[in-house]
Amino acid sequence: MKLDSKIPEGPLAEKWPKHKFNLKLVNPANKRKYTVIVVGTGLAGASAAASLAELGYNVKSFCFQDSPRRAHSIAAQGGINAAKNYQNDGDSVYRLFYDTIKGGDYRAREANVYRLADVSVNIIDQCVAQGVPFAREYGGLLDNRSFGGAQVSRTFYARGQTGQQLLLGAYSALSRQIGLGTVKQYNRHEMMDIVTIDGEAKGIITRDLISGKIESHAGHAVLLCTGGYGNVFYLSTNAMGCNVTAAWKAHKRGAYFGNPCFTQIHPTCIPVSGDHQSKLTLMSESLRNDGRVWAPKTVELAQKLRKGEIKVTDLKESDRDYFLERKYPAFGNLVPRDVASRNAKEMVDEGRGVGASGVAVFLDFADAISRLGEDAVRAKYGNLFDMYYQITDEDPYKQPMRIYPAVHYTMGGLWVDYNLQTTVKGLYCLGEANFSDHGANRLGASALMQGLADGYFVIPYTVGDYLATIGPKPVDASHPAFAETKRQVEERIQKLLSLKGTRTVDDFHRDLGHIMWEYCGMARTEEGLIKAKGLIRELRENFWKDAIVPGGNNEMNQSLEKAARVADFLELGELMVDDALNRKESCGGHFRVESQTEEGEALRDDVNFSYVAAWEYRGDNMPEELHKEELVFENVKLTQRSYK
Amino acid sequence: MNLTLKVWRQKNTEDKGKLVTYPASDISPDMSFLEMLDVVNEGLIKKNEDPIHFDHDCREGICGMCSLHINGRPHGPKQGITTCQLHMRSFKDGETIVIEPWRAAAFPVIKDLATNREAFERIQQAGGFISVNTGGVPDANEIPIPKVIADEAFNSATCIQCGACVAACKNASAMLFVSAKVSQLALLPQGQPERYRRVQAMVAQMDAEGFGNCTNTGACEAECPKEISISNIARMNRDYLNAKLFKDEY
Repeated sequence: MKLDSKIPEGPLAEKWPKHKFNLKLVNPANKRKYTVIVVGTGLAGASAAASLAELGYNVKSFCFQDSPRRAHSIAAQGGINAAKNYQNDGDSVYRLFYDTIKGGDYRAREANVYRLADVSVNIIDQCVAQGVPFAREYGGLLDNRSFGGAQVSRTFYARGQTGQQLLLGAYSALSRQIGLGTVKQYNRHEMMDIVTIDGEAKGIITRDLISGKIESHAGHAVLLCTGGYGNVFYLSTNAMGCNVTAAWKAHKRGAYFGNPCFTQIHPTCIPVSGDHQSKLTLMSESLRNDGRVWAPKTVELAQKLRKGEIKVTDLKESDRDYFLERKYPAFGNLVPRDVASRNAKEMVDEGRGVGASGVAVFLDFADAISRLGEDAVRAKYGNLFDMYYQITDEDPYKQPMRIYPAVHYTMGGLWVDYNLQTTVKGLYCLGEANFSDHGANRLGASALMQGLADGYFVIPYTVGDYLATIGPKPVDASHPAFAETKRQVEERIQKLLSLKGTRTVDDFHRDLGHIMWEYCGMARTEEGLIKAKGLIRELRENFWKDAIVPGGNNEMNQSLEKAARVADFLELGELMVDDALNRKESCGGHFRVESQTEEGEALRDDVNFSYVAAWEYRGDNMPEELHKEELVFENVKLTQRSYK
Repeated sequence: MNLTLKVWRQKNTEDKGKLVTYPASDISPDMSFLEMLDVVNEGLIKKNEDPIHFDHDCREGICGMCSLHINGRPHGPKQGITTCQLHMRSFKDGETIVIEPWRAAAFPVIKDLATNREAFERIQQAGGFISVNTGGVPDANEIPIPKVIADEAFNSATCIQCGACVAACKNASAMLFVSAKVSQLALLPQGQPERYRRVQAMVAQMDAEGFGNCTNTGACEAECPKEISISNIARMNRDYLNAKLFKDEY
């Protein structure tokens, strides 16, 4: 199948308005004859479900948590970008577009990114109208702060809890529609598979996580808004329940997977403290506005610190290496995430890491506290400082934070065209779950923007075009395809429940995480990736022989839930490695050691790799087929990214 | 550290349930409380026993999913944090820890420590919103909002809907939760058109769900992991009274 990105013709700024006009409409009286299934209730899912219901469609919305408001968008801290130029500092839609394309290391589609920047301004208006309490100036107008990869202040925020407040806005819109009866909400339901009829998505199979009941749901279109797959690394900043299952099942039913190896390692997370660790906690990128990143100047000093022979406060200014400020004077501590992460790793690899494990660098607020006062710092970042103190038992007002990169976001995801439709007709993918807007690296405060852009302002137009094309013919779950898919789901569950080996599912998941982090993490080599591929296969085989899954299906069974998710991660991991092997260049978060500049920066290969890698599933244990979507840059000139 | 756990085990909503004793050995003080339970559960799974079921997700204190009653207190002994932010360094070696689910008629137990909090959903659906559709809204800076008002609305909006306030209250009242939402929207200019309609609808649903009334003991505020102020309840009561007295105006 040839990939058709369906990017509209014409000048960049006119593509979306023109496209919107060309899309077919469904008349108001007919909208209620359609059912749209939305899986996931984060920013993308909740905003899509609410917006579609407001238009008059019937919506069925699903989440695995006990409330739509608990989706992991809730945990986003720092902010949301929008090209409002309220600060009069030179921002514009074009500049946000340009920063995002450049930040993504030229591996995203121009047209998608421009649309994202264009609708960003509407998002802020929408959220304020819903009652989202953004930070304000004394004059009553909205405040902004700056974020990595940008030289303007365009980030809107609500203390360190922006994701929470935006999600609560979308959740309130969704709740209103549930109350009105236009959305039927299914909490504690996990999507187990997609049902396709004649190659088009017509519904899903779910498991009720309380009763274990396997249910069929039919709809005219299915929207996957199921987030990223960072938990393939076991330790990440994702919530424990974040998983790839919905996207992976869709992939196995014909949806191509785009750029699976593009993962974002966030530079400022609280370091791992031991083997018991179940997840990692992010310290918002906004901290880099006022915090300075440094490591001891010499290996000797770092050793003394680690052994506790000296205290961090004993180190003189001249003993400290503010390595980001030194190497990147133009952007300083606000370089993009991939650059900051790799530099922290470099310090640790050189032996200049700090903390008991030696796997951390410092993020220091002493300057900000003496410049602004402790109260001002507390007002800006209080909740983050508290969080740090809770976890580490160290007071960041008195001594610098220890931070280290951790898996945070996946730029890769299901391949979608300009309409957010996957390679399966009627199956759409929104938010982090798709691959579309961030290229090889996402800029801070852009995930919230993309989730809401997709849900509020893109999908209501594009899905209408598809629905108008197929017509309002009723769909129901009595078609044999539903029974057959349901049977396959039940079979897999029984297979998992029959596993009575010796190792827990978590144990396998931890092993997978180690392999991914070691060989497919911040630096990747051909040799390592080949090794990882073998290790993952072996681990997957062992999982199906030696895992233990207690309990039965007809009850709440968290072991079974976990096992089903980890089984899918064990398949995804191999595809990520294949993708990383194929992409012999370095770009953004994907750093191939074989491809770097003399100064050790990521070296892109635009001649050979200026494409989206879209992988087609061909059967269990069969190599996937690579399809290439060439990226065409008509507006920006490709340059080696420089933040010096 | 070595600890003794007394954990509420209940197969399903109908089951009577009981406290079961488990040892928790070789626990690091740096572990979070939920990581300690993970370790105990791994031990149970290895014996092919059903692990202890509990709700959790983000493990950073923001999703509101975790909900354990620890030694008689929602979210455990420390102020201003959720269960997932509690670390074992807050306990003493050799201690016995009693772990129970939220106890409230409106929150039936699903299994072990997991409860059904759908009642909160229905209260939100009754009125916890501003009725605006996507699109067609004014520019964000067209409505200036004094910083103090925006900050106060934010404080109310930090509620994570975990239900600790209900679990802490001897009347199982949901007034802190409901009033936080009512306050956030009543404070903001955008929330004015529906202000009195909203408070009536949300309170009516709260009553219908079987939550108790507020008798001003302040237990909710003391146990709230987000330290939501009880003054929200006063604000809600004022609006509610206003709405009842001047019905025709709203």
